[in-house]
Amino acid sequence: MTPANPKLENRIGESLSGAQIIWESLVREGVEVCFGYPGGAIMPAYDAMIQYPIHHVLTRHEQGASHMADGYARASGQVGVCIATSGPGATNLITGIATAMLDSIPMVCITGQVPSALIGSDAFQETDITGCTIPVTKHNYLVTKPEQIAPTIREAFYIARSGRPGPVVVDITKDAQQQSCVFDWNDDEIELPGYRPDYAPLSEQLEEAVALIKAAKRPILFSGHGILKSQATETLIEFVEKTNIPVACTLLGLGGFPATHPRNLGMMGMHGETWVNKAIQDADLIIAAGMRFDDRVTGNLKTYAQNAKKIHIELDPAEINKNVQVDVPIVGDVGEVLADLMPHVEQCDRSAWLSYIDEIKGDSAVRDIKNLPDLGKLYAAHVIHDIYRFTEGKALVVTDVGQHQMWEAQYYKHDYPRKLLTSGGLGTMGFALPAGIGAKFAQPGDSVWVICGDGGFQMTQAELSTCAQEGIKVNVAIINNGFLGMVRQWQEFFFGGRYVATPLLSPDFVKIAEAHGLTGLRVESRSEVEEAVRKAEATDGTVIIDFRVEQEDSVYPMVPAGANLHDMIERPPPGNQEHNPIFETGEDE
Amino acid sequence: MGQSVKRTFAVFVEDKPGVLNRVASLFRRRNYNIDSLNVGTTHEPGVSRMTIVCDADTDKARRIEANLYKMVNVLWVDDITHKQTIDRVLALIKVNCSREQRDEILKICDVYRARAIDMSPERITIEITGPRDKVEGLVSVLKPFGILELVQTGTVAMTRGAEKHDLAHPTVPASRNDAA
Repeated sequence: MTPANPKLENRIGESLSGAQIIWESLVREGVEVCFGYPGGAIMPAYDAMIQYPIHHVLTRHEQGASHMADGYARASGQVGVCIATSGPGATNLITGIATAMLDSIPMVCITGQVPSALIGSDAFQETDITGCTIPVTKHNYLVTKPEQIAPTIREAFYIARSGRPGPVVVDITKDAQQQSCVFDWNDDEIELPGYRPDYAPLSEQLEEAVALIKAAKRPILFSGHGILKSQATETLIEFVEKTNIPVACTLLGLGGFPATHPRNLGMMGMHGETWVNKAIQDADLIIAAGMRFDDRVTGNLKTYAQNAKKIHIELDPAEINKNVQVDVPIVGDVGEVLADLMPHVEQCDRSAWLSYIDEIKGDSAVRDIKNLPDLGKLYAAHVIHDIYRFTEGKALVVTDVGQHQMWEAQYYKHDYPRKLLTSGGLGTMGFALPAGIGAKFAQPGDSVWVICGDGGFQMTQAELSTCAQEGIKVNVAIINNGFLGMVRQWQEFFFGGRYVATPLLSPDFVKIAEAHGLTGLRVESRSEVEEAVRKAEATDGTVIIDFRVEQEDSVYPMVPAGANLHDMIERPPPGNQEHNPIFETGEDE
Repeated sequence: MGQSVKRTFAVFVEDKPGVLNRVASLFRRRNYNIDSLNVGTTHEPGVSRMTIVCDADTDKARRIEANLYKMVNVLWVDDITHKQTIDRVLALIKVNCSREQRDEILKICDVYRARAIDMSPERITIEITGPRDKVEGLVSVLKPFGILELVQTGTVAMTRGAEKHDLAHPTVPASRNDAA
C-alpha cells in the first residue's frame, strides 16, 4: 500500500524524534506537497521537514491551507494534507475542514498542540481542537506520545480515503514531537474493529431495481458526486447508452457524466435547467446515483417527484431516507452497483419520453441569455460561455460561491471528471483561489481557472502572495458586479428590493495584481473577452481579469428556497428586461 | 415512518477518551433528543456499553443507528426497543419522615420493594431499582411526605436470553413493500 519513495532512506528501527516520524509517515503515505503555516507548537515538526522530500507551501492564512489541501484532494483524488500550529492556527483551519466534510473530501490536517503537561491549563495558544472539530471531521486524534504518531497517521489516511471520504485531524503535542522513540512502520492491514467503510449491495434489492427500470416509461438518472468518487464515469456512460435513460447532474456531479453527451440534460435543482426540473417532476422513476437529495436539489419535499419510484444508490446508509423516502435503497459503491445492474438491464426505446423533454426544453432555451441579442452589455453568462469556448472546455475550473458559481455550472460544459471544483455543500466563500492553488499543485499540466465574485475573492485574496512566492500560475476571473450578487438577488426577489449590506466597494484588482508582481487585465465589453482569455492563457504567472459585468443581473431559472421544484422563476422574455416582481418568500433557506 | 416512540439503544463502544463526547455530540448535532444516557464498562476489556433512550420513529431510529455506526469507535449498535428486555433505573430518594410516619413509609417501601438505607430523626433515604414507571410510582406516593432530594440513573437495559454481540454493519434499510 505504501508507495516506495526512492528518496526516502529506510530508517525503520532507528531512534527518531516525533517530528521526524511525522514526515516519515507522511512520505510513506505518498504525500509530496503539503500546505501550512508554522507557529510555536508545530515548530519541531517544521524544523525536521527539510530532511524530507516534501514540498511545503506557505499560505497566508490557515484557512487558505485547508482549502488548498481540499483543492489538491479534489483535483488529484489523493488525500490532501495541511499543517498548522495550535490555537488560532488550528481554529483557522476549521472553515476548510467543514467544507471538506460536507463534500466528503479526503484530507489529513496535522496540528501542533501545547505540551501535554499544559493541556487544560489555558496555556498560550491552547485550543481544544479535537473537541472543536468533532462535528466537522470524519474522525480526529490527540497524540501525546511519539510512539503513537506513526500508527495514528496511518489510520488517519486510511479513514480519510476509505468508504465515504472525509477530513481527519491529527493533533500532536509539542513534547510528542520533541521526544524520540524507535521508529516502526508496517504495511499490515489496519485493524479498526468499529470501522466498516464498505458495503456490498443486497442481491434482492438489485433485482427490485432491475424490475423498476424495466417497467419505467419515464425514467431519469441522477449523477452525483459519488460518480466522481467512485470513478464510475465510464460505467455510467455504458449504463446510460445501454438503457437510454436521460441524466440530470447535481452541482458536485458535474463532469461525472459528459456535459455534451446527448443524454445529459444538465444540472438539476435551485438553479438547474427548467426542463431538468420539470422532467424530474414528470418522471416515473428516479435512479439517484451517488447523491444525497440536498434541499438545494429537491425544493419542497412534499411535492417532490411524487409520481416517481426512487432507487437510491449510495455508499452511506445514513443518507437513505434522510430527506426523501425511497423505494429501493442500494447501499454500496455506485460504480460497482451500476456494473452489477448492467447485464440485467435492456436496450430500450425511450423516444416518446426523450422527445417530450426536448419539447419542454424549447421554450426555456429561447430565454437563455446566450440567445439574447447583444445589447453591448457584458453579462456574466457571456463571460463564462466565452471562457468555455476559448479554453475549449478543457480547463480545470474552480469556483467560489454565489451567482458566478451558478453561471459557471450552467455555461461551462464539463466533459471530464475532476475538472470542476466547487464548495457545494458548505457554500464557502473564499474557497476558490486557495482551492485553485491546491488544484494546480495536483495537476500542474492543467490550465486552472479560478472563477469567483468580487466578494469571495476578497475573502482570501491574500493567497495571491502565495501564487507569487510559489511562482505558480492560475488564471483568476473575477465576475465583478459591485454587489454581493446572490444576496442582492434574494433581496431583489424576496426582501422588497432593499439592498442591505450588499453594495461592495472593491480595490482596483488590476493594481492588486500588479502589486503582487502579477498580471492584471480589465474587461468591460464582450468584444474584449476573447483577447483577455487568450492573453491569460499565454501569460506566464498568475493573471487576474477584472470582468466588469452587469451589476443587477440575476441567475435564472430559480426555484425559491422551499418552493416546489416545478415553480421556477424564469428569465423575463427578450425585450422585457424589467426587474422581477417581488415574490413571496417560501420557507426560508 | 411510523410513530415516534421511546427507543432504547444498546451501544458498544471502545473504551477510549472522548468517546462519550463524540456520541453525545452526534445526538446534539443531528437534533436527536436524548432522554437518558448511561455508560459503564463491560466484562470485555476495552469495551464500554451505553444505554441510550431517545424519542424516534422507525426511520429516524435506523438513521440514528447508521450514524452511530459511522463513528470509528462504535463497535456494535442494537436497537432493543421491540425486543424482550430487562430495563432498570436506580434512584435514591430522601424524604421528610417524622417518627410517626416511619411505619407508613416503610410499608410503602415494601410494596415497591424499595429499601431504606439511611435514617435520621427527621428524614429517611430510600433506594429503589426497577423499571422507570415503578420508580416514578414510588416517587409520586412519597411526594406528599416532602421529597428533600432525588437522584436517579438513566435506564440500563439488557435483552433476555443470550444475544451474540458481533461486529456488524448497520441494518441496510429495507425496500418499500410495494417497491417493485
